[in-house]
Amino acid sequence: MNTQTTIAGVTFKNPVMTASGTFGSGMEYEEFVDLNRLGAVVTKGVANVPWPGNPTPRVAEVYGGMLNAIGLQNPGIDVFMKRDIPFLKKYDTKIIVNVCGKSVEDYVDVVERLGDEPAVSMLEINVSCPNVKEGAIAFGQKADALYNITSELKKHAKQPIIMKLSPNVTDITEMAKAAEAAGADALSLINTITGMKIDIHRRKFAIANKTGGMSGPAIKPIAVRMVYQVAQAVQIPIIGMGGIATAEDAIEFILAGASAVSVGAMNFVDPYTTVKVVEGIEDYMRTYHVENLTDLIGAVE
Amino acid sequence: MKKKITATVLSQKEIAPRIFDMWIATDLASSAKAGQFIGVYPKDRSTLLPRPISICQVSDKKDALRIVYRIAGQGTAEFSSYQEGDSVEILGTLGNGFPTEAAEGKKVFLMGGGIGIPPMLELARELPASTEKQIIVGYRDDQLFLKEDLEKNGTVYIATEDGSVGTKGNVMNAIEENHLQADVIFACGPMPMLRAIKKYAEEKKIKAYISLEEHMACGVGACLGCVVKTKEVDHHSHVHNARICTDGPVFDAEEVEI
Repeated sequence: MNTQTTIAGVTFKNPVMTASGTFGSGMEYEEFVDLNRLGAVVTKGVANVPWPGNPTPRVAEVYGGMLNAIGLQNPGIDVFMKRDIPFLKKYDTKIIVNVCGKSVEDYVDVVERLGDEPAVSMLEINVSCPNVKEGAIAFGQKADALYNITSELKKHAKQPIIMKLSPNVTDITEMAKAAEAAGADALSLINTITGMKIDIHRRKFAIANKTGGMSGPAIKPIAVRMVYQVAQAVQIPIIGMGGIATAEDAIEFILAGASAVSVGAMNFVDPYTTVKVVEGIEDYMRTYHVENLTDLIGAVE
Repeated sequence: MKKKITATVLSQKEIAPRIFDMWIATDLASSAKAGQFIGVYPKDRSTLLPRPISICQVSDKKDALRIVYRIAGQGTAEFSSYQEGDSVEILGTLGNGFPTEAAEGKKVFLMGGGIGIPPMLELARELPASTEKQIIVGYRDDQLFLKEDLEKNGTVYIATEDGSVGTKGNVMNAIEENHLQADVIFACGPMPMLRAIKKYAEEKKIKAYISLEEHMACGVGACLGCVVKTKEVDHHSHVHNARICTDGPVFDAEEVEI
């Protein structure tokens, strides 16, 4: 049985990754899970300088999921290179760094710094965070803006780049095609869906930012649908995510066309979720006599 | 070592209207200390996130934890239905706890307001014998939950919002009315109370350790949901934000901006 999957020339031991922002750089979860079991750790977004993030409350629970508006708080690339990368290098797992910025120059800055670090296998470009006012999603909701930033980053990146797509668009396949045309090596989807919750007793927004990105099991059918649509529209590989709680969920994404999957909000619900998904995929492959995981990619009929 | 486990409810009772007292058998108790908390998960999967609940007491044999909590929503309403022998999913132990060594040989205030009272019980139990313990607690009315337990562990002063017992008003009024003094303060309660204590400690030039709360998701320091503004750049975040779940919930009042 071979659980390996390959994306843009990078081979992962299995298709299970962590969704950016839900796992830090793995330090907070090493007490719970053996990081060596994961296909990759996808880090929390990092910018060229430290970002303070949004005011609190930053999180709220909603039916079957949650809203967050952290606002990409991060310590900046200098600390990240000195602290987080050496930590992750201790483990036999691939490192994918999520990159955020307010301008094209910000992104280029981080991408160039990471280019000097061969332990980083891929870069995931966050052009879809709904919770910061400048940059980020401004690049991810218009096809021409996405095309421009993707082609600019391709000029500077030494590692393959994954463009992380927002579901908060009219037609996600247009965005996917624009990224592919600009040279993106892979796509990841979906980022969170913009939502809102109001505390009726206090007549206040549950989140200080008013809106927050929704994640959790309740969004999974939307995410599976988008992964399927994008898989039909482009040739480049897809990392699928959105509400994955179990191996069965992960396999749905793979059958819909994802080459790998990420576990996000469910890390907060059960810190052992990632490894349970790895083991559950192996069980599924044994049960259905699947020799290669890659045989499942896009295999829905 | 933090872990998520399925534990067993030993007992549960309502000790005041909508306030419940639950003992849980768990080996997490072996390393638990005052000021730490556990995440309790509802079984109803429409409510996914763990509810952070402070540790009220650790059993003498260190094999059980007591939590005293108020029904605040769907999750805590579910917990209140659990009975002896039922299972309960918990994550713990979380947070830093109170620095009990700071009370060595000192005269201290242990101040609890409302549902911030429960952690003061375990704190009173853990403080060194050399500490003079003045426990000042604020209630809404005459529903004085945990009063007898607290009285076994120090001198108790009571304030009630409606004036039915003790000082009419809040814990600050009780300090004034009883002419109390301290070298160190430990506190847990609503934000206006904690702000008043921070100000009081600054005026008196004494240390205050306050336990904060905020909406949380992971409880283990990864999601960055529950941050508090800090005076200095935080060692972990490299911005003026500390994580309440892992760097706290107990902070030196001077170090946080609340």
